Amino acid sequence: MIEVRNVYKTFYSRHRVDALVDVSLEVQKGEVVTIIGPSGSGKSTLLRCLNHLETIDRGEIIIDDIPLTDSRTNINAVRAEVGMVFQSFNLFPHMTVQGNVTIAQIKVRRRPRTDADGMAMKLLEKVGIPEKADSYPSQLSGGQQQRVAIARALAMQPKIMLFDEPTSALDPEMIGEVLDVMKTLAREGMTMVVVSHEMGFAREVCDRVVFMDEGRIVEAGTPEKLFDSPDHDRTKAFLAQII
Amino acid sequence: METVKDLVHNPRFRNTLSWIALALILMGLVAGTYHTTQKVEYIWRWEQVPRYVLFKDSNLIEVQEDATVIALDRDGSDTVIVAANFLDEEQYYTVPSDLVTTSVGDEIRSGQVLAQWERWKAGLLLKGLILTLEISVLAIILGIIIGLFTGLARLSGSPAPKWLAIGYIELIRGTPLLVQIYIFYFFVGQVFKLSNFMAGVLALSVFAGAYVAEIIRAGIQSIHRGQMEAARSLGMSYYLSMRYIILPQAFKRILPPLAGQFISLIKDSSLVGVIALVELTRAGREIGTSTFNYFEVFFTVAALYLILTFTLSMLVQYMERRFAASD
Repeated sequence: MIEVRNVYKTFYSRHRVDALVDVSLEVQKGEVVTIIGPSGSGKSTLLRCLNHLETIDRGEIIIDDIPLTDSRTNINAVRAEVGMVFQSFNLFPHMTVQGNVTIAQIKVRRRPRTDADGMAMKLLEKVGIPEKADSYPSQLSGGQQQRVAIARALAMQPKIMLFDEPTSALDPEMIGEVLDVMKTLAREGMTMVVVSHEMGFAREVCDRVVFMDEGRIVEAGTPEKLFDSPDHDRTKAFLAQII
Repeated sequence: METVKDLVHNPRFRNTLSWIALALILMGLVAGTYHTTQKVEYIWRWEQVPRYVLFKDSNLIEVQEDATVIALDRDGSDTVIVAANFLDEEQYYTVPSDLVTTSVGDEIRSGQVLAQWERWKAGLLLKGLILTLEISVLAIILGIIIGLFTGLARLSGSPAPKWLAIGYIELIRGTPLLVQIYIFYFFVGQVFKLSNFMAGVLALSVFAGAYVAEIIRAGIQSIHRGQMEAARSLGMSYYLSMRYIILPQAFKRILPPLAGQFISLIKDSSLVGVIALVELTRAGREIGTSTFNYFEVFFTVAALYLILTFTLSMLVQYMERRFAASD
């Protein structure tokens, strides 16, 4: 489903930062992969490269057999199949919850409004807040906003879902409600790549955990293997810090 | 017991005192103005002013010489009475159709009143106000269009649109509007055979467009980057994201500075008087030159501008309240 081959990415802001160095990763259909690593390790950059929000300098990324690096690829068509959930929700504040969940269905998928509304209600029920359909994002709690953001991404019926630290901006008591939605999705067989430090989530539903540091994939394995008996010292040191 | 000191520190008493001070200052201003005009021995003729806005036009059509009506020709809402004298020389009298009392074959005598009527007509000031309004509305619409495209070009990553936009903005902001109006009238107008109305509207639109572009650019840049990323991650194109996600949010934010810009535009439209467009200010000057009622006329002109600008700012405040629904 996702193939990342020898990808390099360097930022030149104030000084040179090698965000991704020779990164290769494969994610199968239905697989749930969590990426962990210290801040600045390139995990968010890798995720953002998967739907071309960042361009790569070298290497190849293939999503569902379509190479992102090919200039003939219609990037909007690929993105429509790849849902993304952001750390800061990024809901559209000038639209109601209903509007947020229907806008891309109507404008990109060209669904009739009634169908889009039906899909929106179905998804809002799935994430547990159908009663908020007519509210504006500013009237919702962080947890509710993030659940709307998940519904918004799911409304496009994507083949892949990317989560960029979805619970990092939430108050502790709201993390559970968002993780529950993500767990349901994982169990339903959605292909997911998650950047997160939620160990409980990783242990419960993840097939694989990837540890990144300084732009490289240090090691990858099942949650049990990586959390309980990591091979590398850097992984051990990092895990010791976050537990 | 209340002492004087307590009274001075009482907020309600201070508030009342402030209102009294305001009233005194305003009265002082009026008295001062009156006193000054007494000194220059100006004779106020406010009663003259209304007729520069609206006046009753009296018409009296008298027969020039004895003749016979030979035809009645309808021309819009008027009728032309054609009469011939004994030498078969034709005479023409134009009268409103509903006031025609003669018919073909009637004898009409010299001095006979064919029709007499009064009509309300727009005075020079009202005509000027209407022209100012027309010019301003057209320039605002064109200014928004020019500003939107320039603002987007200014933000473009590709050098051609970006630098063209920067060049245009700097050129317009760095030269006086009056000079731009002359250029549009004498040069652009000559080359493209524009009427002075079109030249004036275009000069003002191009001028406003440069400022609107900067306002729109700032508005778009003030929207968090995550909004564009979220829209693009849903598969929306750059155009769709701008149209439905970024611009609606930016528009809400730039409404106050945009309103200020358009209020300026209405006032700046007074400069197109120099290319023979009799807008409000020019109308005031023409009345002043012929009647010397400068004081009353320009106070009236100022009040009429105030009506336009105040209406616009009320309209924008109403829109701001409407858009506040999602906050």
